[in-house]
Formats: sequence, C-alpha cells, structure tokens
Amino acid sequence: MIRPMLGALALMLSSQASAETVAIVDARLMTMAAAGEVERGTVLIRDGRIVAAGAGVAVPTGARVIDGRGGVVTPGFIQADSTLGAVEVSQVPPSADRATHSAGISAGFDISRGLNPDSILLPVSRLAGITHAVTTPLYDDRRGRELQFSGQAAVIDLAQQPDMVTRPRVAMVLEMGEGGAARAGGARGAAIVQLKATLADVRHFARNRAAYDRGGGRPQPLARIDLEALVPVVEGRMPVIVKVDRASDIVEMLTLAREEKLKIILDGAAEGWRVAPQIAAAGVPVIVDPIANLPRSFSELGATEENAARLNAAGVTLILKTGSGVAHRARELRYGAGNAVAWGLPHAAAIAAITINPARIFGVSNRIGSLESGKEADLVLWNGDPLEPLSRPEAVFVKGMQMPLTARPLDLRDRYMPAR
Amino acid sequence: MIRPALSLSIAVALAGCAATRPPPARTPAATATVAAPAEPVRAIDANPFPSTYRAPVVGKVALVGGNVLTATGAEIADGTVLMDGGRIVAVGANLPVPEGYQRVDARGKWVTPGVIDAHSHLGAWSQPESADALNDVNEMTDPNTAQAWVEHSIWPQDPGLDAARQAGVTTLMVLPGSANLFGGRSVTLKNVPATTMQGMKFPGAPYGLKIACGENPKRVYAAKGRSPATRMGNVAGYRKAWIDAQDYARRWDKWEKGGKVGDPPRRDLQLETLAGVLKGEILVQNHCYRADEMANMIDIAREFGFRIRTFHHANEAYKIAPMLVKEDICVATWASWWGYKMEVFDAIEENAPLIHAAGGCAIIHSDDPLVIQRLNQEAAAALSSAWRAGLKIPKSEAIKWFTANSARALGIADNVGTLEPGKNADVVLWSADPFSIYARADKVWIDGGIVFDRSDPSYRPHSDFTLGQVGGAR
Repeated sequence: MIRPMLGALALMLSSQASAETVAIVDARLMTMAAAGEVERGTVLIRDGRIVAAGAGVAVPTGARVIDGRGGVVTPGFIQADSTLGAVEVSQVPPSADRATHSAGISAGFDISRGLNPDSILLPVSRLAGITHAVTTPLYDDRRGRELQFSGQAAVIDLAQQPDMVTRPRVAMVLEMGEGGAARAGGARGAAIVQLKATLADVRHFARNRAAYDRGGGRPQPLARIDLEALVPVVEGRMPVIVKVDRASDIVEMLTLAREEKLKIILDGAAEGWRVAPQIAAAGVPVIVDPIANLPRSFSELGATEENAARLNAAGVTLILKTGSGVAHRARELRYGAGNAVAWGLPHAAAIAAITINPARIFGVSNRIGSLESGKEADLVLWNGDPLEPLSRPEAVFVKGMQMPLTARPLDLRDRYMPAR
Repeated sequence: MIRPALSLSIAVALAGCAATRPPPARTPAATATVAAPAEPVRAIDANPFPSTYRAPVVGKVALVGGNVLTATGAEIADGTVLMDGGRIVAVGANLPVPEGYQRVDARGKWVTPGVIDAHSHLGAWSQPESADALNDVNEMTDPNTAQAWVEHSIWPQDPGLDAARQAGVTTLMVLPGSANLFGGRSVTLKNVPATTMQGMKFPGAPYGLKIACGENPKRVYAAKGRSPATRMGNVAGYRKAWIDAQDYARRWDKWEKGGKVGDPPRRDLQLETLAGVLKGEILVQNHCYRADEMANMIDIAREFGFRIRTFHHANEAYKIAPMLVKEDICVATWASWWGYKMEVFDAIEENAPLIHAAGGCAIIHSDDPLVIQRLNQEAAAALSSAWRAGLKIPKSEAIKWFTANSARALGIADNVGTLEPGKNADVVLWSADPFSIYARADKVWIDGGIVFDRSDPSYRPHSDFTLGQVGGAR
C-alpha cells in the first residue's frame, strides 16, 4: 500500500526535475566510454538522459547552458564497500541498518530493504561527486563471530528520492582469511571446508525444495532464507564479494571459485599485488583501498600504497574504495583515488575504478558509469581535477536531476560563520 | 648539570628546549645530595626517563630553487633554505649559496617545515593492530590514570612510524587514549629511527596531560557500572581530582617553604602530574568535541587556576571561535571526520579555517596511522572548504595548520614548526605543492640530518618487525 504511493511520488519529483534540455559546454570530458577524454566538449542532457557527449555537439535553442570552461565532467562516482543509506550515526545502533547479529539470518539479509533516502550523509557524499554507492552489509560481531555471510549488497543512488535502489541483491558478502577463520572456530582450513559444505547444502536444497518443505530430505544447518539467497550464488548468477587480504588466501579463493564455479569479487586484497597475474588470469575484479599501506594484521604484511598501480599494470580490473563499510568518510573517495595516482596508477584508470568499472561489475552500466548517449544524466562538473582536494563540484546530476549543492554541515557553517 | 633536588618542578625538562644541546646527563648527583648531611631529604627526579636523542653531526645543506612555505606566513618563489649545524641559518629568495654547502636542487619542488602531528597514538597502539598485545594506549581500569605516562607504552618498532616519516612527519605528540577522564601524560617524539623511546624523546619538550570529555569516559565506565556514567559525572570526576591536586600541591609547598623539615609528603604519581598542570609545567591536551563541554572545561580550568593548551578533535570549535581565541586555546581537528558518534554529528569541514579566520590557533591532527601520512591532504580538504565558504586563506597560512601551530600546541614552537634562522633544521622537500593530492615527500631532514630520501632504498623501512617479512621486501 505504502510502496506504490512512494513510487508515484518519486516519479512525480523526477519527472519535474528532468523535463528540460541542459547543455554543459566547453568542459573537458572524461567519458569513460569509447570517446575517451575529450579536451573541450559538450554534454547534452534531455529529459534526464544523456543524448550526446563529445566535441562539436550542437546546443539546441532553448537549452539551459552550463558553462564548463576550465572544468572537467566525469560520470558520477560510485562508492564501493559502503554503508551509505544504511547508517546515520555509527555509534547509535537504532540509526543503523548495516548488519544483523541474528543467527536466524545470514546470507538472506537484504540491505536494499529498509534504506533511508533522507539520510543527511547522502548530500554530504554528493558534494564529493559520489552519486551511487554499493551498500554492503557488515558483520555484527557483538555476540561473537557467528554468521558465515553478512548478507547481500545493493547499488543505490544518492538522489534522496524514495526509490533509491538502483539494483538490489547485486552480490553476496563473505569474509574469509582471518575473519572467516574466526567465524569457523579459529582456522582457515575449517572456514574453507565449511564454505564448501554450505555450497553443497545449497545445491542440494535447490534440487530438493519440495522435500525440504515437506520436512524430508537431509537436514540443513542453514535457515531457508539463507539457502534461498545462496541459490543464485551457486548458479553463478550472483557474484560473491570475498573480503580477503593475504596472498595465500587470495589464491585459495581463486581455486575455490574455480572448483565451485563461483563468480567472485575480491575486496581488500592488501597483498593482491603479490599474486596479480593469477588474479588477472582468473578475470576476477578487485576492490582496493589505495591508501591501506600498513601491516594492520598478519594478513596484510605486504600492504603497500602501490597495490592499485601494480594490480592495474597486471591487467586486473580495479574498483577503488576508501575504508571499509564507509559512510561518513565516503567523501574521501576521490582523495584515495588521487593517492593511487600519486603512487603510479594512471589518472584515467583511477577515474574508471570509481565509475565505469564498479558500474559494470555490479550490473548497472546500462544506466550509469559513463558519459554516453542513452545513459542517465549521472555526472559531475568539477572546477578542476576531480581528484584534487582543492577542486570542487559545480554541478551534480543524479538520475537526470540536478542536485542542490547543499548539505546539513553547510547549513551549520552558515549558521555560525560570522558575517563578512 | 644537577637537577634541582626535592621539587615537583619539571623545570629542567622545560628549560632551554634546545634540541641540539645534549640534555642534562643522568648523573648520580641527586643521590649524592640525599647522602649529604646538610640536606637530609630524598630528591625527586623530575626527569627520570631522560631523552638520549642526540642531533646528528651534519654538514651544510642548501635547498635551492624551491617554492618555500616558511609557515611564518611567507611563500617564497625560487627560494633557498640554508641548513648548518642542524639549524636553519637563512631562508630567502635567490640567496647566494656560500662555499661549502651541499646543494640540493629543489626547482619545481616545494619546501616546508617538517610535519608535526599534534595527536598521534603511534608506538602506543602499534601495527599490526590486530594483535591486542600491541595495544597499550588506554589504561581502562580507572577514570583517573594521570599517573600513567604513555612513553612507557611506546614501541619504537611500530611500522607506522616509518610510514609517517616517509610522509614528512618529523615530530609527533603521542597521547594516551580517551577512555578515561585523565588518561595520563603525553610524550613528544622526534620521528627518528630508534630502538628506545628515550632515543626519540624530544629534548626539553614539556609533558602534556590527556583529559577526555564526553562520550568515551561515560560509555566506558557506565559499562563497568561505576562513575562516570554521565557528563555531569565526568565533571564531578574532574573537579574532585583537581581538589585533591590542589591539596597535594599545598602540602608540598608548605613543606618546601617551611625549610623542608621532617619527612616530605608522600609522593603520589597521579597527583604529581595534576600538580604539574597547576604549576603550569604540564600542558593540558583536552579531547573534547562539543562546544558546550569545551565551555565547561574552560570554567573548570578557571576554577582551579590552570590553562588548557589545546582542545583536540573539538569538532564544534567553530561554534565558539571567539571564546577559544580569547582564551588562547589551540584547536586540533580534522577536515573530513564526522558523524561516527553523537558528539561529532555537527562536525564541519570548515572547522579549522573558521578558527583561523577568527585569529585563533588552528591545527589539523591525525589521531590515526593513515591520516598522519597525509596531514597535508587533510589540510588541503580544510582549505578547499574555506575557499568554498569565501574565506581567502592562502597556502602560506594553511601550512601552519600542520607545522607552526602544532608546535605551539606542543610547547616546542621555539625549536621547530617554521623555517626561520635559528630553528632546528626539520625540513621536507615535496615533489609538488603539498596541497596537491599528488605531492609526496621526497626528502626529509630532522635537525639537519636526512632521515628519508625516496631515491635511496636504504631509508625504508626501519622497523625490525618488517625485517625479513613480506612487508620488508616491498
């Protein structure tokens, strides 16, 4: 009853906002598409969609023109491994829906349900050029490390509209390595064997649903919601984000993915550079925090700020992130990407790793991730190099709508800043 | 030099502050005094863990042709910085380089003072942090642990110190954590490779006392079923401690002024530190987020007659900027951290710039082993927000946020923090504008001795922990 109403409201707002023609002119375009970088070009937006992006695009009469001289247009940034939309104040649990510690639901936890489009974190992140996030369940280990999976991630937009889920259930989330070992009682060997057993259970369940419902068949340790959620995983339709850092753990997971025919995305991969050729050969994408250069655990002794550059040089498809489960500090994504460039990653590869790469890997590149005709107007006009802290966005479009450059912290600033 | 006997004073530690002058030798003289019949009293060693740091013997170095930010407010294009005997001897545009100087080509690069972090836990909460054995930062056993000195938690092999040095950090103040109302004494370190804490200890730097406001102490002790469980409990805890400290200081004063007759009052390490604050010898470094709580702390300081040197984190400082400027209290904060708990819900990126614009002492600090490696970038984020707000703060001023102003907060501004003749030669040569995300520290000097050179692999990493491991071979 409520959902259709909200849907109708969203439709009304978005159609209101986007029924016009907008031209961003004279800007450098980082299209992340076949056109590559266009030194001086135009992005033409009609009714919320990109109709042209490149040099020599004619601006129709009546179009609203945004002067992009000296600026840069990029696709909107996508924050991977985020909890945007699922948290307001980290240490106020009722304001957060990032994780469950219920033993009754693990893989089944669907973070796309119950998100908060009114979150004040969304406009704050937009001011850093972020228009979408891969909102990813965390583990809640308050009662010990009980759960095998933390749940299913979703791609969301930051337009602050009720229909904020771009694509639900884009990936299952699994921690292996040290964390996985702890969840399996303290040893990696137990975690890997247990995971294989779980996958076998899921396959058995998928073949014998009727018997399961009759209470027959072999007993299943997992709840039905978890088994059901894992069926797309064993069928290779849903990728698994595997959080793992040590080189040997990465190799174990590549092997397991091959054995079990799983589609995996490595997350963290602090020592990924040490096994970069194997990762590249397996065609497995990697989510990397470019500034994670410290040996924070015995699984990250090889951590280096050159990880992103080395993985890229080996031909691995990269997604860059900042922190883990990031929400408030999501706005540092572009600084992290800039640091990756400082440590050897080509600039265009860094931009791809926060736009088109995550869009492709999480199955939303038909809508966003590049400046191409037919895609949603989901882009940012910057007054300089988008990876420089001293640059700022001048226009942000999400889902075809131009967003106000406001946020609660700016309201606070204006309340207290002395008149000059 | 003989340390003054029978005094709570840490005057020795405060006096001079000359980093290049060897600290007073640790002699048995004090013991001898005890034995002397004319002075039948036991000496209190005011500096029982003295610095053994010695400035290196160095030649003359000239950085030539760089863009120099002096942190005194000047930006010098085509600048020259001359270092001799561990000191800065001249800074200016197109200076002639005298005979005998080793020339370092700084053309196309930027030169700044060494980065100073006013809030770190490196060495006390070391990597790998997943090992509980390496977490020695919070003595979470009593709301008042003023008797604890964080220097006794320092592990000089923390790989984080190497990473910070490679990012241009030459000096850092390490603080105890914020679980307690009184966490203990801070220590200021020179970020030189060392095998002992004493080998890094900044000679003459004053001690600080870590005080924590707000959520952390009340959360920790409410969970233990004891006071403080509320903010009013926090304040009651501070005031009780200061009452005790006043009483303690009075007893010692009375005994000293009364000709030191009879047994001296019994020493109490906890009260000794608090009394050191009352005497102005130990600087108050106060973790405090909210504006209303900072105002309460200022009133407490006035009630008991001490000063607060710095509010740390202080994310609501912008709400009371004129008060903090009037009280001459520094504000050490971030640009980007906010929202992880209620007391940082109102944090804004413009916090440091608004303090700066009000005429105050603004500092960008880290509190984090990753942020300490990019204080220049964090300052750039703050500067960017200032420009967005229309505040015309130049880079030549913003550089102070992680150099000169941090030195002031730590009480070492006479020695470090700026590029001025007479100052210690703590210098960073950056590959580019340090407010650019692409800038890296290429060379780093402490007291004129090079401690990091990106072009020379022998400068990384120092830590024994990484030796022979995967991380050591990167």
